[in-house]
Amino acid sequence: MAETPVLRLVDITKRFPGVLANDRVNFDLLPGEIHALLGENGAGKSTLVKIAYGFYQADSGEIHVHGKKVEIRSPRDARRLGIGLVFQGFTLIPAMTVAENVALFLAELPWLVRPKDLRKTIWEASQRYGLELDPATPVWQLSVGEQQKVELLKLLLAKARILIFDEPTKVLVPHEVENLFRVFASLREDGYSLVFITHKLREALTCADRITVMRQGRVVGTVRPEEASEESLLQMMFGERLVEVAKAGTGRVPGEPILELRNVCTKPIGTAPGLEDVNLTVRAGEIVGVAGVSGNGQRELGDAILGLLRITRGRKIFLGEDATHWPPRRLIQRGVAFVPEDPLAMAVVPWFTVLENLALLDPRRFSRLGGLALDWSGVRQLLRAGFAKLGLNPLPERARAGTLSGGNLQRLTLVRELNRPYHLVVGLYPTRGLDVRSANAVRQALLSAREEGKGVLLISEDLNELFSLSDRIVVMLKGRIVGEFRPEEADLTEVGRVMTGAGVVHA
Amino acid sequence: MLSSWRARLGWSAVRLLLTVVVVLGVFGLFLWGLGRDPIKAYQDTFRLNILNPRGLAGVLARMAPLLLTALGVAIPFRAGLINVGAEGQFMMGALLGTWAALNLEGLPMGLHLALVLLAGMVGGALWAAVPGVLRARGWVNETITTLLLNYLAPLVVGYFVFGPWRAPELAFYPQTPEYPASARLPLLFGTRLHLGFFLGLFFLLAYAYLINRSRWGLELRTVGGNAEAARRLGLPVERWILAAMMLGGALAGLAGVAEVAAIHTRLKLDISPGYGFMGFLVNWLAFANPLGILIMAFLIAFIASSGFTLQITQRLPYAAVNVLMALILFTVLAKPLAQRGKR
Ligand SMILES: Nc1ncnc2c1ncn2[C@@H]1O[C@H](COP(=O)(O)OP(=O)(O)OP(=O)(O)O)[C@@H](O)[C@H]1O
Ligand SMILES: [Mg+2]
Repeated sequence: MAETPVLRLVDITKRFPGVLANDRVNFDLLPGEIHALLGENGAGKSTLVKIAYGFYQADSGEIHVHGKKVEIRSPRDARRLGIGLVFQGFTLIPAMTVAENVALFLAELPWLVRPKDLRKTIWEASQRYGLELDPATPVWQLSVGEQQKVELLKLLLAKARILIFDEPTKVLVPHEVENLFRVFASLREDGYSLVFITHKLREALTCADRITVMRQGRVVGTVRPEEASEESLLQMMFGERLVEVAKAGTGRVPGEPILELRNVCTKPIGTAPGLEDVNLTVRAGEIVGVAGVSGNGQRELGDAILGLLRITRGRKIFLGEDATHWPPRRLIQRGVAFVPEDPLAMAVVPWFTVLENLALLDPRRFSRLGGLALDWSGVRQLLRAGFAKLGLNPLPERARAGTLSGGNLQRLTLVRELNRPYHLVVGLYPTRGLDVRSANAVRQALLSAREEGKGVLLISEDLNELFSLSDRIVVMLKGRIVGEFRPEEADLTEVGRVMTGAGVVHA
Repeated sequence: MLSSWRARLGWSAVRLLLTVVVVLGVFGLFLWGLGRDPIKAYQDTFRLNILNPRGLAGVLARMAPLLLTALGVAIPFRAGLINVGAEGQFMMGALLGTWAALNLEGLPMGLHLALVLLAGMVGGALWAAVPGVLRARGWVNETITTLLLNYLAPLVVGYFVFGPWRAPELAFYPQTPEYPASARLPLLFGTRLHLGFFLGLFFLLAYAYLINRSRWGLELRTVGGNAEAARRLGLPVERWILAAMMLGGALAGLAGVAEVAAIHTRLKLDISPGYGFMGFLVNWLAFANPLGILIMAFLIAFIASSGFTLQITQRLPYAAVNVLMALILFTVLAKPLAQRGKR
């Protein structure tokens, strides 16, 4: 095929202080194709698409659109050329309606002014691609999947023909992913060209026409899914055989209970369910997995344990003491660690350096002269020792957290959280958005925590992960625990059925 | 690393220079449009406020309240709070300070003054505590409450200077009796420059050190940088919000009482030509950066002094200076907007 690519990136190089994020990258996108972009955390995928969108300028290299060399100096230029990008984090304004958010984005284009027309256009476009959006709904009422549709809609109405998605499936539950891929397919029918970034090999293999793999700022190669397999892609991504997660020590007897929830209830907030009569015990040396479609009370469970959500009924016992109404600070001091899904939002300050963020482990611990000064060399030592313990190279201490890739950010959080004196670690989707290797590092860390006799509560959507790590799995649905399994006695489909409410099982 | 730092610094300098050129140019046009000679006006201003020692001392004296009110905005700013209420906190600081000045007479020299200044800080802190509590509880946004309290503060001060504290000997003018000698901030070298300037410098240095180096600074910045993370890390977020507001209020209050104790020597309604708002401007220009606060406070103090010079030499209304300030604000506000795409 000698088709002219709609978008061609030639020898793109981009250097950030201390890293070569893109190193002479070549990438082309054909008309009417779905092109998946794969690569480990920090490989430079987001950087590359941000360059195509004019959000960053390349240090060198060329961009061609429809065979013509162009200069893209700002997102505005990109939009004028018909290029649209849905960011890793969304950019919607929660208080405004769908229509208003779209109008805001189109503000520069004079041909769309009347609200009535706008609503009609939105309605039509959303019908056409099965997006099912009501223009009058305020965005805060939408689920993440729906918000993503609004982002897509914005691009479509801005007449973008080249659509780029940065990790669109990261925040979606499985059926939403299927939905999204159906939308992708019908967009392709209509001649749109799509790029999407993902960490899930299976998604790339099922949905894409071509797959480009990046490693450490370079393109390793581009393949067709027919010619590729998960193994070959992994080989391309990491260049070496992956270290499997070693699951040792099954058949041990768990120790004393570390955390007990007895008939715990919380108030529902907004559309999120509250907890209802949750009973759960986590013992020393045990990993308890929590399965469920996200939004069924998992986050609330985590927050109730961490003392961030008020328990309205029932009791929480931590290490034998009634901790029902302890504030977060007290729980942390007694030994609760937390590994969140999204460190940038929940765990770090984006414009703090790595070192400053590590000091947040416990500012009092590093405090000198009663708070007048901080013991930075102590923090530095923690940086070195902590990363060494996980078998990783320490991050540069002066790098700002906001510039770290997803994987490195999660490592930073892990090093911080697992270096407090703790008895219980709560993981809230801790491997979301991580590449295989980084995810394995997290899993390994949780397993060693178990080996050390800590209690682990692992909230996850990834059933494979839950099955391979957990000693027990409980399933949450609408704020309740509706089933409990031992991974060696249950199978995936059974748990999947309980997750969706198809059957209630009592172990 | 270093070179990029230098490049950034170079850029800031270029931008600052450009800002100055643009602002002077436009204001010059404005003067010219009013039939004045802009070159002559600028010459006079420079001569009288920088080259003349007495004039320079006047500029530095004006820096005193500006440094303090700017810090009063900067500290809450670092905790993610917008304190628009330095003006009200300034007034309330002056009010409570005046109470101490008039009622604790007879104490030893230094002790009385210290208590007066302390009372001023308490006054500002308490006034700022109201929005602090409301915000910490998550009830009302501090921007609105601090702004509203600015309108209330002069009424409260007015009640006292018109009513119970009114000086009997000057019944036609609403003001309190003079501060006793033991409650006055000494003026230096026979100029308007007073100890308040050095208090301002002292607190600026303390701020520069503590905000970046101390545990408190780290925690405060964490609350401002990511309140959700701070909560999950078990930091006392509500307490920090309140503390930041009260600390800011205390410094703005100190500015108020120092201004009265040094310059006016008695409480009246017109003790501030808008120092609280100018402090907000200073902090905004400096983005809470200590060195920036120093430079911008000097700049704004210079401009404010120039206003008086122009009033005399060019017979311009003082309001013309407000035009100048507004110009600066707009030129500078344009900066983050233009840069927004490039982060
Ligand atoms: N604004 C920035 N300043 C400094 N370094 C940056 C910046 N943005 C990205 N980097 C660095 O560039 C490298 C590539 O980052 P990029 O975000 O493109 O990775 P990614 O492939 O999208 O990773 P992930 O899958 O984790 O999102 C990383 O080392 C990152 O730390
Ligand atoms: Mg990315």
